[in-house]
Amino acid sequence: MRWAGKSIIPVLTILAVLIAVWYVAAISMNAPFQRDTNARGGVQPGTWEFIGQTLSQPKPTLPAPHQVAVNVFESTFLRKVTSNRSLVYHSWVTLSSTLAGFGLGTALGILIAVGIVHIRALDRSLMPWIIASQTIPILAIAPMIVVVLAAVNVTGLVPKALISTYLSFFPVAVGMVKGLRSPELLHLDLMRTYNASAAQIFWRLRVPASVPFLFASMKVAVAASLVGAIVGELPTGAVAGIGSKLLAGAYYSQTIDIWAALVAGSVVAALLVTLVGVAGRVVERSMGAQPS
Amino acid sequence: MISITPPVVAASGLSLTFQTSDGPVNALADVDLTIGKGEFVSFIGPSGCGKTTFLRVIADLEKPTAGSILVNGMTPEQARERRAYGYVFQAAALFPWRTIERNVALPLEIMGLSQTEQRERVKRTLDLVNLTGFEKKYPWQLSGGMQQRASIARALAFDADLLLMDEPFGALDEIVRDHLNKQLLELWARTNKTICFVTHSIPEAVYLSTRIVVMSPRPGRVTDVIQSTLPKERPLHIRETPEFLEIAARVREGLHAGHSYED
Repeated sequence: MRWAGKSIIPVLTILAVLIAVWYVAAISMNAPFQRDTNARGGVQPGTWEFIGQTLSQPKPTLPAPHQVAVNVFESTFLRKVTSNRSLVYHSWVTLSSTLAGFGLGTALGILIAVGIVHIRALDRSLMPWIIASQTIPILAIAPMIVVVLAAVNVTGLVPKALISTYLSFFPVAVGMVKGLRSPELLHLDLMRTYNASAAQIFWRLRVPASVPFLFASMKVAVAASLVGAIVGELPTGAVAGIGSKLLAGAYYSQTIDIWAALVAGSVVAALLVTLVGVAGRVVERSMGAQPS
Repeated sequence: MISITPPVVAASGLSLTFQTSDGPVNALADVDLTIGKGEFVSFIGPSGCGKTTFLRVIADLEKPTAGSILVNGMTPEQARERRAYGYVFQAAALFPWRTIERNVALPLEIMGLSQTEQRERVKRTLDLVNLTGFEKKYPWQLSGGMQQRASIARALAFDADLLLMDEPFGALDEIVRDHLNKQLLELWARTNKTICFVTHSIPEAVYLSTRIVVMSPRPGRVTDVIQSTLPKERPLHIRETPEFLEIAARVREGLHAGHSYED
């Protein structure tokens, strides 16, 4: 990985700066509460001791990086993965509905794109609706999906997956419309000289030409799916998942738990996006793409 | 009963007007031309003279707006549906996700040939354009000249009697072009196909053709048709003979005449 070698120093530098800023912010944001507590307790700590106190509150306004790190470590590695205090458990719950929604969303997106590219009426009518669907805030529509489905006794993974689907079909549909229309005029002319049927043009030209577009949009879609799954867990009063962890943390002012859940969410997101990227590269390589 | 083979291409009064935002453009105006079986006809002229358009009309990639054209005695559409011709474009237009052999097999797949037949034909045509050994390579692994040869192989693979070539060597350097010209002549001699060849280059047109159609622009029309007196056997150095130069001079004159009214 030449890429990693070249960018590791800048990346680490930025990380160090961010952590430094975070510590400064944590100290200054937790200071008022600590000053209050100390005043009530009649304690007069020195500057260093005071800074230490601001960085070790049980429910800080802004937890320090090491507090979050310790929480993440403990709830990832020191708990049984089946325990509901385990981040692995919660991540898995969210991940499973993310993947279900992503799969469904990708399939739906491709289907819509194929329709738009091949059926003139759909081309004219569908796109504005698809765009409109994404202008509705997901936070508004998620609870309704959950409530409506609960009324017909559909609960658990399915409503969350559907919210993920709702968010993830869009980038795939848009990307695939572009991808399926990406063949050059020259290639289309060539197929015409062979008197190729629409199906032959689709499978032999449009589909292979759209593959890079598919993976690019799937990267966006998988991240959106995760957001959808987490948002889907917020209004349900879900007992498990990264979203429920966020909500519980907010109820009980467990700020460290909230941040730990956020870290878990970003790790899952990074893993998913990387995985899609790697899959894309493997597929494109197997299709004879020039190694870059 | 006497059966008369119809000419490969018969155009009369052929016109094509494109409607553009700047008004109508007469790409072809009143073109009469008959091409017989086994001929090698070059179309030469400046940009916009309609030479490519004429090829595209034969191929049913454009529809004429007036006049008539028959390909093998059929309409261009019927001829295309019967896969009457192979078309070589200016760019190689290979599919980047297919290896060379799979690119050459593309028309064969579409025409529904059996796997064995496909393999056999791919092997034979790649051999014909001297690309044996490059079957498993992807297009980007080949030079521009080799890519263009692969695209010629693809056009030859399904054995149409008519080959339409639109400046196939336009983007290549002169050394490669000379080499491919020679190979193309050999191929034509061996297969006895009819070839329509669009070019910008006077030496190329004279070297390759049995007949040279000189065209001029605005509106695109035929200004001269020159029957070549060169023998069928043409080594590269034939291009220095007086006979060759005489034909080249006549082509140049024709091109000039087509332009003179503009000044």
